[in-house]
Amino acid sequence: MAKGVWIVAEQRDGVLRKISFELASTARKLADQLGEEMSAILLGSGIEGLAAQLGKYGVDKVYVGDSPALEPYITEAHAAAAAKIIKENDPAILLLGASVQGKDLAARLAGKLATGLATDCTDVKIADGKLLAVRPMYAGKCFGEIVTNTNPQMASLRPNVFPVVETAKTAQIIKFDPAVDAAQIKSKVLEVQKDTSGKVDLTEANVIVSGGRGMKGPEGYQILEELADTLGGCVGASRAAVDAGWRPQKDQVGQTGKVVSPNLYIACGISGAIQHLAGMSSSKYIVAINKDAEAPIFTKADYGVVDDLFKVVPELTAACKKLLA
Amino acid sequence: MNIIACVKQVPDTEAQIKVKADGSGIEDGQIKWVMNPYDEYGVEEALRLKEKNGGDVTIVSVGPARAMETIRTALAMGADKGVHVSDPALNNADAYVTAAALAAVIKGMPYDIIFCGQRAIDDDSGQVGAILAEMLGIPQLTIITKVEYAGSSIKVIKPIEGAQLLIETGLPCVVTAQKGLNEPRYASLPGIMKAKKKPVDVKTAAALGIATETKAKVAKTIPPPARPPGKIICGDDPAQKAVEVARLLREEAKVI
Repeated sequence: MAKGVWIVAEQRDGVLRKISFELASTARKLADQLGEEMSAILLGSGIEGLAAQLGKYGVDKVYVGDSPALEPYITEAHAAAAAKIIKENDPAILLLGASVQGKDLAARLAGKLATGLATDCTDVKIADGKLLAVRPMYAGKCFGEIVTNTNPQMASLRPNVFPVVETAKTAQIIKFDPAVDAAQIKSKVLEVQKDTSGKVDLTEANVIVSGGRGMKGPEGYQILEELADTLGGCVGASRAAVDAGWRPQKDQVGQTGKVVSPNLYIACGISGAIQHLAGMSSSKYIVAINKDAEAPIFTKADYGVVDDLFKVVPELTAACKKLLA
Repeated sequence: MNIIACVKQVPDTEAQIKVKADGSGIEDGQIKWVMNPYDEYGVEEALRLKEKNGGDVTIVSVGPARAMETIRTALAMGADKGVHVSDPALNNADAYVTAAALAAVIKGMPYDIIFCGQRAIDDDSGQVGAILAEMLGIPQLTIITKVEYAGSSIKVIKPIEGAQLLIETGLPCVVTAQKGLNEPRYASLPGIMKAKKKPVDVKTAAALGIATETKAKVAKTIPPPARPPGKIICGDDPAQKAVEVARLLREEAKVI
């Protein structure tokens, strides 16, 4: 019978990503409720040294698949290696991150294991001994409670939503042969072009300062950059601003952009079209700054300022600097 | 080149989504249905490849009778023919069953590249392209913003957190389209007229020989959690209001 809660940890360039700790902490909780073991799969090349770190977040066993064919990440290689160890151990629940890599791998694995997968979940719990995964649908305009009748019951977890909890454990490290035949891998990463801004991705940011049509042009974003820098955050944009060419595509928040859940979202000059609200409503705190008191964004805001953003934002930056000094 | 573009009909992004009182789904009476925006990028890219390299673009869709409108839209944009998998047994299909239906259709056809949207904006699952690739035993390139065709292989750009990757893969393969890939064209009036005469095969699940039982099930649909009403910071002085917001963020919300 299928047993145990498993995760696929995510590392890049030999560093475990934060989502791995979110996954481990969440899986630990589920495993405790079921009274079962919690295990992690860790794949890459020369990554054995990372395995012990996962113990800190409650992992009982780390299955390490170490092979040059697993670095950098390629779907076919990682899916084959993960599916092999999963089939040998028959876990009941399997969690991955809903990061770019995690989403790619989770879906391929769901196909390989012929099982159900709930994507981009914001809550997971045990109900009647089974996984109940809660996830936004229609970009958060409604939510679905997902159950899977086949094992492993899979879910990918939205980054930045689940808390990281330290649990002192010494993880048992088990090496396995990923048995990846490099000749079977048809895809190859030719080049990695790193974003040199040094900023994290919007989906991983703790603070996002976002601007819309009210910014009036690309120059307007300078004051948002300053506020974001002061708060250690990133700058986002509405679809209107991206379509106008003021900001790059990767900055777009909303139904056809990124769905974000930072601790703090500051919406400046954004009226709050339903598609935008869908992309940021799961933020923990929302501040709206807009001249139009009737703007729908105020229905979502914890704190609203009805005023000219070009007057308020620089003052807010100054006030934050003072508090943080 | 033989190119396939998979499309799904979804509620327009402007649609207000209302959950049925019994949690069994959403009220779909008032909804305006459109082609999934990410699938549109896939159709457009398929057409551009065809225009440059010659070949044939086939549209495949799994969906109820109304999904035929979306297939016709893609044909009006310039695709050559369509396959519509339409079966009440597939009305609640999950990603796995949808991929199985697409795979069953596609297995019988020649193909070099299969385009899907990176996700559909209704269920937001983002799984169909990958599961389809797995079922066909071919590589997948997901969430792609650029495609360069080079005979027996393609090179693509894939944005990831904090970087973008240049990946090469052998054909055939599945590519899932992300915003930024291209600007989809509008169907022209002559295109719309021509589309009416283009062939569309309609198939049932039974004809394709696929199991329709889902792996994942939406047990209940619920409205989003309500946010507590917010505070409007009053006053005439922007500076004073800014100071008050900063104070609240620090002392009440504790986020800075």
